[in-house]
Amino acid sequence: MGTVPSALKHCLSYQHLLKEQPWIGEPVPPPQPGQESQTSGLPEYIKIVEVGPRDGLQNEKVIVPTDIKIELINRLSKTGLSAIEVTSFVSSKWVPQMADHKEVMRGIERHPGVRYPVLTPNLQGFHNAIAAGATEVSVFGAASESFSKMNINCSIEESIEKFEEVVKSARNMNIPVRGYVSCALGCPYEGNILPAKVAEVSKRLYSMGCYEISLGDTIGVGTPGSMKRMLEAVMKEIPLSAIAVHCHDTYGQALANILTAIQVLLQCMSEGAVFLADLNLSRSCQNSLMKQALHSLSDWLYASSSLAWSEDGSCCSGFIRRRSGWLSLCKGCYWKCGHRGCDIHA
Amino acid sequence: MAAARRLLPRWAGAMRPVGAGAGPGPGQGLGRAQGNGTGTGDLEPGGGPGPGPGRGRAPAPLRSRRSRLCPQISAAAAGALPARVKVVEVGPRDGLQNEQSIVPTAVKIGLIDMLSHTGLPVIEATSFVSPRWVPQMADHTEVMQGINKLPGVSYPVLTPNLKGFQAAVAAGAKEVSIFGAASELFTKKNINCSIEESLERFSEVMSAARAASIPVRGYVSCVLGCPYEGKISAAKVAEVSKKMYSMGCYEISLGDTIGIGTPGSMREMLTAVMKEVPVGALAVHCHDTYGQALANILVALQMGVSVVDASVAGLGGCPYAKGASGNVATEDLVYMLNGLGIHTGVDLQKLMDAGTFICNALNRRTNSKVSQASCRL
Repeated sequence: MGTVPSALKHCLSYQHLLKEQPWIGEPVPPPQPGQESQTSGLPEYIKIVEVGPRDGLQNEKVIVPTDIKIELINRLSKTGLSAIEVTSFVSSKWVPQMADHKEVMRGIERHPGVRYPVLTPNLQGFHNAIAAGATEVSVFGAASESFSKMNINCSIEESIEKFEEVVKSARNMNIPVRGYVSCALGCPYEGNILPAKVAEVSKRLYSMGCYEISLGDTIGVGTPGSMKRMLEAVMKEIPLSAIAVHCHDTYGQALANILTAIQVLLQCMSEGAVFLADLNLSRSCQNSLMKQALHSLSDWLYASSSLAWSEDGSCCSGFIRRRSGWLSLCKGCYWKCGHRGCDIHA
Repeated sequence: MAAARRLLPRWAGAMRPVGAGAGPGPGQGLGRAQGNGTGTGDLEPGGGPGPGPGRGRAPAPLRSRRSRLCPQISAAAAGALPARVKVVEVGPRDGLQNEQSIVPTAVKIGLIDMLSHTGLPVIEATSFVSPRWVPQMADHTEVMQGINKLPGVSYPVLTPNLKGFQAAVAAGAKEVSIFGAASELFTKKNINCSIEESLERFSEVMSAARAASIPVRGYVSCVLGCPYEGKISAAKVAEVSKKMYSMGCYEISLGDTIGIGTPGSMREMLTAVMKEVPVGALAVHCHDTYGQALANILVALQMGVSVVDASVAGLGGCPYAKGASGNVATEDLVYMLNGLGIHTGVDLQKLMDAGTFICNALNRRTNSKVSQASCRL
């Protein structure tokens, strides 16, 4: 909407909203038994990663004073956000806005339960970030060779080699690494980007050890259709739980694209992606043990187990997550999942 | 007129790309728990032979909420979207009506003429309302008589009462619109009567329109919230929509007047309305005041709505939130529909040119993100 006039600022202030439109901010009441909830078909929880202090400010023309950046991050920390991208340990020659990365990192108040990742384009940046107190880092790949060349002056392959160094060092220090893939839905230089290419780069980043891959529609050209096609390709290569979307609103499509992403990812979760476990019930005894085990596990599962039986009762699919990771089940239980070992029979 | 009841979501059990015919569901093998295609997600495991002793019936609690909802998600995400969407351009009326400065008649005519060449099938030209209430629309007769009506394009006009209707017909209108609301307070403040009384007034217009074989489009305002009442129940929206449809409106445009709706409330509202009015007769008119318009429209499309109102350059602010934006921009809508492979017949380039024209004339920045991104104001 361009520069925000004061009338608009007043209109959009939360206090104004609560005063004049009291239904905003009220939680959606739980559905009555037998009644569909307004949000049925959608996840119960979405993790929002706040990138304003880094990705946002990086693109602002005016250099923002360090104390303003710190104040912004401190205020964001109080909102309930679980992840706030603080700054970027990149050379100030390239990104003057982020020149004060050390001061910002050291100056912010760290709230318990909130993560403060920082961008580290190379090993030097990584070391500087750790020295400044960073406990999580991000690396940036791209699905476009031209963009990679123009942005960081190297090919995708070369950039991944650089990131491998960072990720390796990070893993040695138990520092989680988040991976970004830029130009996931289009490139300002190349135009259309193949979903397969996005999937390939995502897979590389995930395989090297990134815990999450944020797929970025860098120039906001994507639409729900292209978002869906891209996600379908990426979902074949990396687990759903590792996928995030980073949509730009350049063409006003961001919320529609995000909604599509939520729908597509949730659909895939229910149908059978990597973490889906299939149970063949041809062995009834083990199966009943299995069911008992699942029920007894339910008290320490932090995500509601999602299990569904097929029509003839012959198979059951679903996914279960436990507090510290994915439930592992052995082959003898006829469950298939990505992990070895079995948590039920251990 | 009995309203068709929607029994099943059209997309139930099928996953197909936009434009393609219905294909087989994705994978009917092991683990597919939603293959029954009813779209309800009920998974009664009682049928079929049990695999052995001790199995008996499968335990009921394993039918989780997520799995029950899967077909809906599958449907929604499958993007069983309409192949064609009719875009109703409301810029010259709803858009300009909310602009501060009075636009010269020649500029209005110029805008409508440019829009006529974009491929838009419907362009709401003006409003035959008293100039005392809406000074912007004082030149309704001149505009109606001045525009170049292209064959195949409809130019509906707003007619709040019989007098307006008669003036509209005299000026050459071939289609009219009437405005109801799902909120009593809004109706009271807007036209100083109750919803029931407003519908009685409209019934005069309906009778006259029927006699003159003029189609009537109905609008329902405040479908997702009211600036005075707050929350609006979906049942009320359904009730008003049904009444207007029964009166003879060929289409009901459901307006999120203050743009407060989100995909969840849109779905809830449409679910209620679709029980009373066939989805083919429904349109959505989303305001982008809170940036939710395209997401809300996407949900409406997924539910089967195939008529969407929009305003070129996102013209028109919000009289209830000073300085805020109003209508969703037609350019942004068409961009999304193009990306989805949905046919609109609209030339985005020409549409942007019309947007540039009116923004220049109004000396204002476009509200369309697509236009901004394309460096067109």
